[in-house]
Amino acid sequence: MTVSQGPEPPAAGAPDPAARPGPAEPRLLACGDSAISVDFGDHIDPGLNARVVALDAALCDLALPGVLETVPTYRSLLVHVDATMVDFPALCDTLRRLARRTHAQTMSRRRWRVPVVYGGAFGVDLAALATDRGMRPADFVQAHVQSLYTVYMIGFMPGFAYLGGLDPRLATPRRREPRSSVPDRSISIGGAQSAIGSLAAPSGWQLIGRTPVRACMPGRSPVFLFEPGDEVVFEPLSEDAWPALDAAASAGEIVATLEEP
Amino acid sequence: MIALEVESCGPGTSVQDAGRIGFRRFGVSAAGAMDQRALAVSNAVVGNPLTGAAIEFTLLGGSFVVTGGRLSLALSGPGCVLSIAGRPVPADVAAAAEAGDRVTVGPVRQGVYAYLAVGGGFALDPEMGSCSVHRRSGIGGRMLAAGDRLACAGRTGASSSAGAPVIPAESTGLIRVIPGPQDDYFAPQAMVSLLSEAFVVQLDSDRMGCRLRGPALDHIRGYNIVSDGVVPGSIQVPGDRQPIVLMRDCQTTGGYPKIATVISADLDRMAQAQPGTALRFAAVTRDEAVAAARQRALGLARMARAAGEQARLPTTEALLAVNLISGMVNACAPDGPSGDGG
Repeated sequence: MTVSQGPEPPAAGAPDPAARPGPAEPRLLACGDSAISVDFGDHIDPGLNARVVALDAALCDLALPGVLETVPTYRSLLVHVDATMVDFPALCDTLRRLARRTHAQTMSRRRWRVPVVYGGAFGVDLAALATDRGMRPADFVQAHVQSLYTVYMIGFMPGFAYLGGLDPRLATPRRREPRSSVPDRSISIGGAQSAIGSLAAPSGWQLIGRTPVRACMPGRSPVFLFEPGDEVVFEPLSEDAWPALDAAASAGEIVATLEEP
Repeated sequence: MIALEVESCGPGTSVQDAGRIGFRRFGVSAAGAMDQRALAVSNAVVGNPLTGAAIEFTLLGGSFVVTGGRLSLALSGPGCVLSIAGRPVPADVAAAAEAGDRVTVGPVRQGVYAYLAVGGGFALDPEMGSCSVHRRSGIGGRMLAAGDRLACAGRTGASSSAGAPVIPAESTGLIRVIPGPQDDYFAPQAMVSLLSEAFVVQLDSDRMGCRLRGPALDHIRGYNIVSDGVVPGSIQVPGDRQPIVLMRDCQTTGGYPKIATVISADLDRMAQAQPGTALRFAAVTRDEAVAAARQRALGLARMARAAGEQARLPTTEALLAVNLISGMVNACAPDGPSGDGG
């Protein structure tokens, strides 16, 4: 994705372009003294996500002292800082200014086709989720497969890809009490989001399937497979086909395929 | 090659440094020492940079054998005990071990985490800029186990028999928090409860999160948010309405509302709270949190400087003056000859 910055600040007396009606100003939320969350909204929206990614690029270019690293998310940019080095008021001013002046242009897209074994031991919550909706499990799978997803962020665990684009009929709240561990590479649903898991981890998300694809594999190039902005489609995989594909993936093969959007 | 061989150790034993910065955008946890101050002390007394890699112990200690040469060692952590060839060494004190000596680390009796640093540091290849082990991802390596051998850079010098830094005062009591970033997802009473009631540290707490039990913290807008970034210190509240304070191994993003965030200066103390400990929280402003962070950094810098000055003291008299115990110096002495480190 490319980012363009607006014009330099106007000379004194000139009208401030930022005063023109435009997208809402982000809220700057304190995360203790170690981070600021630049919050563009509270919902999943491609436009919000594009603003996050654009601000991230602009801020990284500045390489401000005391800013340690940034984490772009669905709808906010988390800016990690060293509290002993950073000037918080100045940083907040900079973040507001960049958010006004920076806008997303085009997003370069790649599309991944990701094989998934749905249901059964591979997705233990699928049957119940389908029943809750009066759907047959096959119809639930069909609804999950039909959508085109976008990777909005990588987070939670190394390589874990959060996806936008879930069919609203499949949205399901997280479990009241998270499971202490869910299998690696689980395909899951949490609220209005879907995800491609990477490593085994505690999670409250609903498990509907599992992929042989390693989203994160140290030693492989690239270590991390998915990037924000990538598109994803899922392809049902039969249980019989799992062992061979899983073995190939474990040997370092990228068993997801890239195709033109 | 000088090395430290693991004879036995608890399951929560791993190499940790100050943590891994710059890869959270790929979902890679920062990890790093749970008690960064104790890590800094163990390093300072053996003359290492404060953020160098050391062995972190969780509740249980371990037993090691020194091979290949002489090594300077120091252990830091609340109520922990080091012994070298059967000779007890107080915490926060540098002492020498010879090849063949057995080094024993006792359990952490008054906290959870302790750190064993070696003079010159360990000879490790950093992964993504850090030697810290992240248990769940395997990034940085794996947990230590019997039979492992840690190569040491093996510098033994003036620091091997010196120490005596001024330890910055550690306040006890309230854990300070800044409300938010999602305090507006909670009933007003939830914030009142968080800041007035006791919360007890649960047994299933670990490097990823400190689970607490106390009065229920009620959500008013549900317990699902669109996932956003989290930091060590974030107090997230899932659907069971009991808070979890995210710690050093925490994920990079999360989907539960975060009612408040523990300030950076109090995270070490939070980490050392044993299961069963009743904690209380107090709200502070960001300015107060920044002041606390700066005070803490200044204290650590003074300690490092004091340790450096001690390392340069050449005479036995000087070492005796700071409470010498058979070649060892008590780092906890409130007033060494170097005072506040100048």
